Amino acid sequence: MTNKVGGIIGWVDSRLPVIEFWEAHLSKYYAPKNFNFWYFFGSLALLILVIQIVTGIFLTMHYKPDAELAFASVEYIMRDVNWGWLMRYMHSTGASAFFVVVYLHMLRGLMYGSFKEPRELIWIFGMLIYLCLMAEAFMGYLLPWGQMSYWGAQVIVNLFGTIPVIGDDLALWIRGDYVVSDATLNRFFALHVIAVPIVLLGLVVAHIAALHTVGSNNPDGVEIKKNKGADGIPLDGIPFHPYYTVKDIVGVIVFLFIFALVVFFAPEMGGYFLEHANFEPANPLATPEHIAPVWYFTPFYTVLRAIPNPFWGVVAMGAAVFVLFLLPWIDKNKVKSIRYRSALYKVNLFVFLIAFVWLGYLGMQAVTPMASQMALRLSELYFLFFVVLGIYSTQRSAGYYIMWFVVLVGLITVYDVFRNNPDIAELTWKTWIIPVAYLFVTLLGAAFTNLDQDKQVPERVTS
Amino acid sequence: MKNMDKLICVVALFASLLLTASVSFAAGGGGTIYKMHVDVHQQKSLQRGAKYFMNYCLSCHAASYSRYNRVAADLGISEQNMREHLIFTGRKFGDTMTVALTPEQGKEWFGAPPPDLSVRARSRGADWIYSFLKTFYVDESATRGVNNLQFPGTSMPHVLWELQGLQTLVEDDDHAEEDSHAKDGHGAHKKELFEIAVPGTMTPEEYDQAIVDIVNFMVYMSEPIKLKRQAIGVGVLFFLFALGVLAYFMKRDYWKDVH
Repeated sequence: MTNKVGGIIGWVDSRLPVIEFWEAHLSKYYAPKNFNFWYFFGSLALLILVIQIVTGIFLTMHYKPDAELAFASVEYIMRDVNWGWLMRYMHSTGASAFFVVVYLHMLRGLMYGSFKEPRELIWIFGMLIYLCLMAEAFMGYLLPWGQMSYWGAQVIVNLFGTIPVIGDDLALWIRGDYVVSDATLNRFFALHVIAVPIVLLGLVVAHIAALHTVGSNNPDGVEIKKNKGADGIPLDGIPFHPYYTVKDIVGVIVFLFIFALVVFFAPEMGGYFLEHANFEPANPLATPEHIAPVWYFTPFYTVLRAIPNPFWGVVAMGAAVFVLFLLPWIDKNKVKSIRYRSALYKVNLFVFLIAFVWLGYLGMQAVTPMASQMALRLSELYFLFFVVLGIYSTQRSAGYYIMWFVVLVGLITVYDVFRNNPDIAELTWKTWIIPVAYLFVTLLGAAFTNLDQDKQVPERVTS
Repeated sequence: MKNMDKLICVVALFASLLLTASVSFAAGGGGTIYKMHVDVHQQKSLQRGAKYFMNYCLSCHAASYSRYNRVAADLGISEQNMREHLIFTGRKFGDTMTVALTPEQGKEWFGAPPPDLSVRARSRGADWIYSFLKTFYVDESATRGVNNLQFPGTSMPHVLWELQGLQTLVEDDDHAEEDSHAKDGHGAHKKELFEIAVPGTMTPEEYDQAIVDIVNFMVYMSEPIKLKRQAIGVGVLFFLFALGVLAYFMKRDYWKDVH
């Protein structure tokens, strides 16, 4: 490529391909013209990453990663450091906002099949980013050294202890001590401010590089690169800059408006973003009555609690996260967008969403017999979603659907008989109807109606 | 075609509403006997609260993250006034509000060291502290002769007894349980839980105002920036709104030629 740009940019460009980079990723990166509301969350996630890094840098200037000083240093930031309260509230609100935005971003991917061929790697990198975020959030939460910081970390690290044979040594290795202590705080600080952010930034670059290699998906799930004009530009594509930069600026401002509402008017968010008990300094001798993780971990926490055996609970929780990695190989249906998927697919996704939100809600509540039954049933729905999704990869014969219905209902029933005891018998069999009704609709519905038929995908994007 | 997209939008919205609803429920806080209306913008109340706090609380309890000069500046108290009438600990004007009592002494004297009160209003909540200060009652079986209904078995003596007097629990407690849930802003009950046995120097109304003042002050002290951050927030929102309008028209202008 030849360019005749003079001046400083020309001087730099002949030594470093800045113009080529600008064009490849912005001014000549063609994005589908039909992005909707759901396509704001990628750029918003990037914005929050920047907010977290910048506010984090200012916080580290005053924070002391020492069990004796940590709690007081956070209060020092809140009171004596100029604008320290703003840095702290933006950072704590940013953590929750990150998960809100990332969950919506992932839901977008689910709805429009953005994880499917040829975008599997984008999805994998995205999932790795999500894992890093969870690690980052978990370790960051220890730093204020409040009661919830301390006991939350204690509970989560102990989960590693349930792994057979190596568990205890592994938990000891993570903590650097027999309990969560100064050693743990210090290493979590190092991991939180250096190690994980570096990995995170690398993954974000990989996520975007992979995206720009294959191009963006869109709400119709139509590949715009299949319809190119004579100039080689996709007919339904528009340059990312300026079209989507100006559009994303609007999204950014709307987001910042909501963000400011929380930061300035409800920074604790009623105890969900900053838990009340965390304003009490960590006390290794006094266990709080109710240890609840922050809201963004609660769906997985409920899956963990749904299974009485601690080790299998941890396995289930891990599986609930890792099954998402496999999504591109589970749902192999050629139709990407929900707009052209079958009615039953929509039911399936809808049930999954409700199950996920409900699991999250249960994770914040104290355990009752009914709540723990529901936790199990909703966990079953969570995993069954993926099984049914795999079955829906293509249209099957009635016999195939019926076979899976029998197999899955059989498995659930066998587990219920196996786990059942007289105390919970009534609840067990009352709630048994939930997964069975779900399978009845999704599988027998597919077998005996034509609601399993996908629609015709248009050649070009629709709007 | 796009109905499903919209439907999922609606579900997401619904889920966030549900979350907000449960948030506001949680913010109400359960498990306190009384509720009170907190208002940190009543400067007179904060000043009185500071006075009571320095006199009655800040001899055993520290508030070691809070500074005298910050309290003075935020509450409109002059340095001279603060030094002469409110600093009883021998500390300097710019110092944090610590006390001479060590945790070891506290443990020896009270059985448990008196907790630091700097952020207590954020961990326990205003209603809890209000109920705690209101529900000390005579109980012969307790070590100190008084017990507390909000925090049974507390090792704190009834420091404010001179003001409130001494009250006894109303024995007819068939309805006490129900009554404890029927309360209005300042905890006026249909049926009182307590009756005054020894009158204090204050009437019940005056005492109630005094502890409201103390709690208001403690809420302020737990987050001094609370006095200003909402006003700053209003400015930020106006700025963002104006910027948003401009950005919207810019977007619309750029997108004119996209069909």
